[in-house]
Amino acid sequence: MNARSSLLRDSLIAIAAFLLLAALPYIFPSKGFTDFVVRLAAFGIFATSLNLLVGYSGMESFGHGLYFGLGCYTFALIMQNFAVSIPVAFLLTILLSVVVAVVVGSICVNLSEIYFAFLTLAFQMLLHSLIIAWTPITGGDQGLTGGIPRPPFLGIRLDNYYHLYLFSSGLLVVCLLAMHHIVQSPFGYTLRMIRDNVSRAPFLGINVFRVRLMAYVIAGAFGAVGGMIMSLFVSGAFPDFAYWTISGEAIFMIMLGGITVFLGPLVGAVMLLLLNDVVTKLTSHYGIVLGGIILLFALGLRKGVLDFVADMWRDRRQATLSAESRSEPVASAKPVAAGE
Amino acid sequence: MLKIENLSKSFGGVAATSDVSLHFPQGSLSAVIGPNGAGKTTFFNLITGALRPDKGRILLDNEDIAGLSPPEIVRRGIGRAFQIARIFPTLTVHDAILGAVQAHRNQHTVMSRRFPLVELEERAAHVMQLVGLTGKAKVLSRNLSHGDQKLLDIALALVLEPRVLLLDEPTAGMGPEERWAMIDTVHRMWELERMTLIFIEHDMSIVFKIAQSVKVLSYGRVLAEGTPDEIRRHPEVIKAYLGDEFEAAHA
Ligand SMILES: Nc1ncnc2c1ncn2[C@@H]1O[C@H](COP(=O)(O)OP(=O)(O)OP(=O)(O)O)[C@@H](O)[C@H]1O
Ligand SMILES: [Mg+2]
Repeated sequence: MNARSSLLRDSLIAIAAFLLLAALPYIFPSKGFTDFVVRLAAFGIFATSLNLLVGYSGMESFGHGLYFGLGCYTFALIMQNFAVSIPVAFLLTILLSVVVAVVVGSICVNLSEIYFAFLTLAFQMLLHSLIIAWTPITGGDQGLTGGIPRPPFLGIRLDNYYHLYLFSSGLLVVCLLAMHHIVQSPFGYTLRMIRDNVSRAPFLGINVFRVRLMAYVIAGAFGAVGGMIMSLFVSGAFPDFAYWTISGEAIFMIMLGGITVFLGPLVGAVMLLLLNDVVTKLTSHYGIVLGGIILLFALGLRKGVLDFVADMWRDRRQATLSAESRSEPVASAKPVAAGE
Repeated sequence: MLKIENLSKSFGGVAATSDVSLHFPQGSLSAVIGPNGAGKTTFFNLITGALRPDKGRILLDNEDIAGLSPPEIVRRGIGRAFQIARIFPTLTVHDAILGAVQAHRNQHTVMSRRFPLVELEERAAHVMQLVGLTGKAKVLSRNLSHGDQKLLDIALALVLEPRVLLLDEPTAGMGPEERWAMIDTVHRMWELERMTLIFIEHDMSIVFKIAQSVKVLSYGRVLAEGTPDEIRRHPEVIKAYLGDEFEAAHA
């Protein structure tokens, strides 16, 4: 596929998606709907950024919530304490997340799977403890309340809920576009190579540590964007946003939606948020019902929804390909079995 | 030119490589032979930086590369394929080979696609052609046959345009016919690309047919080296290694 045309195609799809999102509130004119999409933007970006690590790089982080919490608190604190515009606070927050990700990543990314998973989790819990302990600044376990000032910028007034809706939708579309671009770039393919065979990559000249660190930092920066949207949505920040359960939710999302397809985590985010809203309305046993549904996916499908669809499609294509590449015409009758 | 001087490596008490000195002239085609556990793979691991030598020098055009990391050594022009093919299961043949050449040209960290890929695509296509995988470009690596996986492993190394290429038992696990096809491919790519090629091989008929020079390892030491004719007649080699297998084959 031609590189330029695929970026152009992605951008056209992104613009179309944004226009559709912008129109939807006129069709579903309820605050419930716009709220849903704002939360979806936060979690969709967050889960997709986690999947840069889990799905594309084979780095199972259990502590990705570190960046969601960090983004949420940093943004809220900057807005409350300094007279800066929202874009400036956005950039400063991303900058801080990058710095934190470079430090944490340097320590973690070369560890083997289980150590990577738990050390990233440990760093997240460190942030959570800091937030709880540092009450004068963070509000402790009460969270950061008092609202976030929203000075207008470029004609955008985020105190208006439709403006916040458009702003969040726009960020969702732009972040997904950027992340898709990254996973389709040469860098994205290097990540897949490291994921597939970390022992082969160095003998092709790949500096595994450096590439993994870059992936970790990028994922952290996007994760922080998710946190910032959440901060605007709740007009503050709460320790729950830095708790390990937030990482767990992102993991559920990518499990539900699928890790092998780019939009899997977004689909998973829609599913989990809907489940959340529906189940909490119907029963107080939210955890049990949700656990059951996740078990159903893990044991029944053994993959996310989009993984399932993609596998079916790909198996059929590979079957035709292997049949074509074989000389004996008999072979075309049976599906792929060789080499699996 | 690759020159090894007094290279040694022990694992606990086992001297897997001990005091090995060998010379591989630029553009030569050499075979490394020796019984199981003789230290052949360890020798490759030391040259490519997978293992750090205890002692000795590895001179690539007079630069000592002993102790450098694998990526640093690859950048200096030494490529390798593995005894058991190391491939990228979920990537297609094309994507894996293109990924390898991008890595080598330092474009593997590029996050934008706005640079000319054409030249890299051409190199990848050329190598696929050379190893005979062009028809399988879009097949997922894990769906390839054993022989094709070995070819892909070699292609991944070859696409980097190495000055020295190390192949660890390219014919391992293949039937007789497939072996000769593989050896033809290896020989053709050596003729076309003119790198220094060193391969490990157990099948003596292959070794004697194509190698210009043969190095015999035994218990981590160089037992003998020379042309195929010299090795064939070398009394110690016959005694220690070739033995019955060799006599049976040449009776
Ligand atoms: N990483 C390692 N740790 C400990 N011992 C090792 C290691 N690698 C190799 N050895 C030992 O070094 C010796 C040489 O092994 P090596 O794999 O180099 O032999 P080889 O000649 O390639 O054999 P084969 O023909 O079976 O492939 C063996 O005794 C082996 O057990
Ligand atoms: Mg070996």
